[in-house]
Amino acid sequence: MNRIKVGLIVNPIAGMGGKVGLKGTDGVKILAEAMKRGAAPNASALVRQALEELIPLRDQLLFLTVAETMGETLCRSMGFEFQVVHRPHNVGWETTSQDTRIAASEMAKENPAVILFAGGDGTARDLYEALGQGPLVLGIPTGVKIHSPVYANTPHQAGQLARDFLAQGNLSTKLEEVIDLDEEALRQGKVYTSLYGYLRVPYKREYLQNKKAPTPLSDKEAQGAIALYLIDHMEKDIIYVIGPGTTTQAILDGLGEAGTLVGVDVVCNGELIRKDCGERELLEVVAPGKTRLVLTPTGGQGFLLGRGNQQISPEILKMVGKENIIVLATEDKLIKQYGRPLLIFTGDEKTDLALKGYYRVITGYGSSMMVPVSVG
Amino acid sequence: MKRIVRTSKVRNFHQARWNEPIIFELSKKGERGVLIPKAEAEISAAVGDGLSRLPDALRRKAPLNLPEINQKRVLMHYLRLSQENMGGNLNIEIGQGTCTVKYNPSVNEAIANNPKMTELHPLQDQSTAQGILEVMYQSDLMLREISGMDCFTFQPGGGSQAAMTMASIVRMYHRINGEETRRDEIITTIFSHPSDAAAPALKGYKIIKIMPDENGLPDYDAFQAAISERTAAFVVANPEDTGLFNPKVRQFTKLVHDAGGLNCYDQANANGLLGIARARDAGFDMCYFNLHKSFGTPHGCGGPGCDAVGVTQSLRDFLPKPLVGYDGEKYFLDNNLKYSIGKVKSFHGTPQVVLRAYAWMMSLGAAGLYEVAKVAALNNVYLNTKLLAHPAITLPYGTKTQRIEQARYTIAKLTEDTGFTSEDIARRVMDFGMHIWSSHHPFYIPSPLTLEPTETPSKEDLDEYIETLHHIFDEAYDNPEIIRTAPNNSTTHQTDESSLDDPAQWCPTWRVYLQNAK
Repeated sequence: MNRIKVGLIVNPIAGMGGKVGLKGTDGVKILAEAMKRGAAPNASALVRQALEELIPLRDQLLFLTVAETMGETLCRSMGFEFQVVHRPHNVGWETTSQDTRIAASEMAKENPAVILFAGGDGTARDLYEALGQGPLVLGIPTGVKIHSPVYANTPHQAGQLARDFLAQGNLSTKLEEVIDLDEEALRQGKVYTSLYGYLRVPYKREYLQNKKAPTPLSDKEAQGAIALYLIDHMEKDIIYVIGPGTTTQAILDGLGEAGTLVGVDVVCNGELIRKDCGERELLEVVAPGKTRLVLTPTGGQGFLLGRGNQQISPEILKMVGKENIIVLATEDKLIKQYGRPLLIFTGDEKTDLALKGYYRVITGYGSSMMVPVSVG
Repeated sequence: MKRIVRTSKVRNFHQARWNEPIIFELSKKGERGVLIPKAEAEISAAVGDGLSRLPDALRRKAPLNLPEINQKRVLMHYLRLSQENMGGNLNIEIGQGTCTVKYNPSVNEAIANNPKMTELHPLQDQSTAQGILEVMYQSDLMLREISGMDCFTFQPGGGSQAAMTMASIVRMYHRINGEETRRDEIITTIFSHPSDAAAPALKGYKIIKIMPDENGLPDYDAFQAAISERTAAFVVANPEDTGLFNPKVRQFTKLVHDAGGLNCYDQANANGLLGIARARDAGFDMCYFNLHKSFGTPHGCGGPGCDAVGVTQSLRDFLPKPLVGYDGEKYFLDNNLKYSIGKVKSFHGTPQVVLRAYAWMMSLGAAGLYEVAKVAALNNVYLNTKLLAHPAITLPYGTKTQRIEQARYTIAKLTEDTGFTSEDIARRVMDFGMHIWSSHHPFYIPSPLTLEPTETPSKEDLDEYIETLHHIFDEAYDNPEIIRTAPNNSTTHQTDESSLDDPAQWCPTWRVYLQNAK
């Protein structure tokens, strides 16, 4: 029997920057900094969640993959039949985006049904540069920044979508955008998204990430009103941990403080007391019963936790408690969810389950919407 | 010779285009419509020059800036303009979903324009206005029957003012009970009219909106999570703008009552419920009807609007003053309302509209009103069934649950296949002499189309409407260029809409235009 060929490329360092307060893990220097700050690789565990969905098809699949941490190790440990198409010069953690591009090109020559790739926006860019709109691909989200709708909502859903596609073979496909941020600008607090190209993905609406859109101008007023409401109702001596996003950033603008657009800042008594915190810094300031966590879902995708704010770790969330989480979002952003709940995915199931439920999301000065939050 | 194909109901329409200047641009110095003859000496001697008796403060210092233009040119100007718009009663108005645009019998216009009505003055003695007071009193009684409420006011000038009246009553009620400060939250749903949230917000309330569940009905669990001792009231439409009727509404209103709040019913979508379901039975403490929607009177642009707000007996004293009473012999204005919120409009609202609604209700009777609701729903089911035969259009939340008098559809499939949205379809529909109003806010359903046939279009009208929409959907696939460039047969082609949310570009009057031009 001819086995169905499936590509698998894992970016083993994806997501490492996030937990220690960096905005990505692109580039050797940043990786070194992430490791210095105590980051540990987690991509493999997330990719495993996706591949578990494919276990029922194990006898029919042949994985085309990359040596060691970039796929081989996982395939071997999960009992999938595989063939290594590329061996990186440096193995372990220090593989480069060049390896991703070479591997993708090599795989394409074998005509796989789909190439699964795990990483963030940077990885998607590498895929596009290597493949253009050739073979069908599908992203497993493990990276810090995921703006590109070529990724499924969660690793589980990537696996489910791949399984449905491989088993049924008749799902429709569509071109989705590859979007990435200018990482240097990001570290200076500017969200510059660029369209780099398109990749063709299997399509089932409920599984793929929405495109994260930059906030339209008309939302600016709403964000200002939300911020004003929160500022007017801030309590004395309470620690406000302000998550990333343009909606939350409006609070710091309103206070006349220069916060970090894609970082986590801390405010107390109307003043910025910590800026751009990683998990460790946050643990130093968070006090049970005296902390409020202010979050906004990331544009379009509806992730409240787990995308771009990994430094707000399960440990911090346990200390803060669900009742002290304040969620902000413009009405337009909530409506564009088209009934889908907001999502949390901290990587810790217990924490996720404890945080799900209805939230009164502040949408303007004195106005709110009841919004369900579920586990991504 | 080119023949007109009569087998198709799709019209070969083309709107008139006159490229007509605005009337100020037609003005020519010295041109006159009417030359007023000089008064005879005898008359001048008796009344003077007609101006000098006016107090100085009332007299203009500079002449009024009016266009100078002769009679024929004035008439031509306005006739041409009338041909450049879609006009009431000119087209099939199913596309104005949520508005309940139905045919309003012309005979009622004749009644409302009778001098016995038009020559009335609100300050004349009540004993000389018994006729209109009786009409208002009897209309109140009929609306009580329809809603189960105990008393109605006709003062509000439209739906938003009625929503404001309800919010004011809620506030006054909690003030009297000493709970005004604590109860500062009002719950509504996103498929209710935006004014149901906006009016209470203006009264200082915090607003909590409930999103729909997977069936398109207000999410009960979310509602339960929103209710607290801070709840002042629940304001909701039912059916909502989706056309879906919430059969569990009594569970919602009970939760509110148990928490000490009031229930307020926006009955803008009442057309399919007349004689079928009553506000009071569903646990509401007050409700409002738009007379210009369900009750056969023209919409705002065709005449002044009027809303009726009804309350249960325990809230009667909170209504705006005065109400119309009857002592067994004569009708009178009742100002004896202990907790009245005051006035929401000058005098007694718009009695001419009440008269039209009264004439409409009297001509139909109870059985006729029930039939209105049934035929409105039947027409909607007919439209629904035939329209959905085209794969481009679907009904969110499924077809299993019957919609009442309107339905919010989606053409998401067409958008996915062709890139055209409902806004593109709305532009193309104008090429067939029809109109789709973009009243789908918030755009919770992607590429929405909200259609409401009401009871007045004939089967032929419905068929023409359906066939035209199907024709346009086919065009989106087969002839996309014609949609991309639409409207092609209208007076105005595609316009730059960017100015709509830029006040700096707005020019609502000639004076503002001149100022901006400087």
